[in-house]
Amino acid sequence: MDEPVPPLPAIEPSALPLVELRQATVRYGRVTAVEKISLTIRPGEIITLIGPNGAGKSTIVRLVLGTLKPSSGEVLRKAPIGVAYVPQRLTIDPTLPLTVDRFLDLPRAHSSGEKEAVLEEVGAGRIRDRAVDVLSGGEFQRILLARALLAEPELLVLDEPAQNIDHMGQVELYELIAELRRTRGCAVLLVSHDLHLVMRATDRVVCVNGRVCCAGAPDKVGSDPVYAELFGHRAAEAFALYPHRGKTDAGRVLPFDGTRRGG
Amino acid sequence: MIPEFLLRAWIAGLGIAAVAGPLGCFVVWRRMAYFGDTLAHSALLGVTLGLLVGANLLIAVAGVAVLIAVLIVLMQQQRRLPTDTILGILAHSSLAIGLVALGLAGSIRIDLLGYLFGDILAVGWSDIVAIGVGGTAVLVFLAAAWRWFLFATLHEEMASAEGAPVVALRLALMVLIALVIAAAMKLVGILLITAMLIIPAATVRPLARSPEEMAVLASIAGMLAVTLGLGLSWHVDTPAGPSIVVAALALFLLSHGTAFLGALQASRR
Repeated sequence: MDEPVPPLPAIEPSALPLVELRQATVRYGRVTAVEKISLTIRPGEIITLIGPNGAGKSTIVRLVLGTLKPSSGEVLRKAPIGVAYVPQRLTIDPTLPLTVDRFLDLPRAHSSGEKEAVLEEVGAGRIRDRAVDVLSGGEFQRILLARALLAEPELLVLDEPAQNIDHMGQVELYELIAELRRTRGCAVLLVSHDLHLVMRATDRVVCVNGRVCCAGAPDKVGSDPVYAELFGHRAAEAFALYPHRGKTDAGRVLPFDGTRRGG
Repeated sequence: MIPEFLLRAWIAGLGIAAVAGPLGCFVVWRRMAYFGDTLAHSALLGVTLGLLVGANLLIAVAGVAVLIAVLIVLMQQQRRLPTDTILGILAHSSLAIGLVALGLAGSIRIDLLGYLFGDILAVGWSDIVAIGVGGTAVLVFLAAAWRWFLFATLHEEMASAEGAPVVALRLALMVLIALVIAAAMKLVGILLITAMLIIPAATVRPLARSPEEMAVLASIAGMLAVTLGLGLSWHVDTPAGPSIVVAALALFLLSHGTAFLGALQASRR
């Protein structure tokens, strides 16, 4: 059980960044959503944005995606850049008939072989012909991920990917994300509010609350007094007690939802 | 022998139904039903303005509808009022302004009831040509951009992040709906147009396995409703527009009733 976790591949510090935020500020009317955010995403790197509700995590995601322009400051993006995005919540209207297979063809069509392979990769084989509205939360999250991967992105952006999934499923999902980075080498921007869950899957944590409070390796951020201030001392203590929860099954992809394992 | 006016109405109706099928699917998927209704209500204002300046009515009606659509988007961005309130304000005030303008322009005499509920006799061969040419153009455009429309329907931000021109797509959809409303106004009338978009799409939902299937089936259901409705109108002398809507409703009840009974039987087994 305590087999060593394979180290994450080293990031070339000299590699040109995919996206760079420089002192980016976003205001909605008189309200400042985020202020002077500086953030660099390099190829192959996993960065986690962490912060309480209303801290501006989704605003930063929009800046990175390019769907929102900063009120001041700069956002530099490599051009052209292949970005795939898994939104926090995606509700497909029940009046829209859509199978998993058809969903994977958006926005571009892919061959059966490609779709089969990517579903296998995210641990969601055998559900290709199902309608999307009968999938469990975990299965749905996996097909969102599969669709994003089909575009072979340089940067994968995942906004709170584990929100509607039980705890076991969350652990597995983050293991899967770390695994995908290892096999595919794409950069990942994750949004989360739980440092425990993401710590094994991330190179760098950026803790935000309107502005960047602290940033660095996950264990460093976990023991940072600013982090304790933001998330309460209990969360920080819990972090100190269980810094190595969860294990990584390298090379193995687990189905999310134990109940569907037989299917 | 079918009289010529009925034949004209039938051909026009088939053309409108063919276009309204796939567009209606988007109206249902994106929950734009009330939005379509608002555009339809503005059509009378378009008619009045068109008659006042002597413009082509189809263009005048579509023009006013597009203007109202842009107004809705602008008001939405203010975020002062919820969308349904905005739509309610615009729907009824544009209808009222249309009626007031009609009253002020004393020189114009129109068959108000005909515009509100449709007038089968008003459909001319020139309308059929316009519906044929315009309808084909709309369908070709929809087919070409289909995947992007569908992608943006699922999640606008996701589509935008991956390169879809979501604002252009949203605007295009509004313009297309405005065009269908302008084209269908004579046959089914301003107050009943939205039914042509929504009911056929909703009717075929239980039968469809994919978005494309639903779009094609909705066109067919709409054509069937036009045929049955005009037949009813001809044989028992009922108003054509409302008869078409009643026929569409009958198909809807049949489809969903069958689906419901099927599910009931499956659960008993």
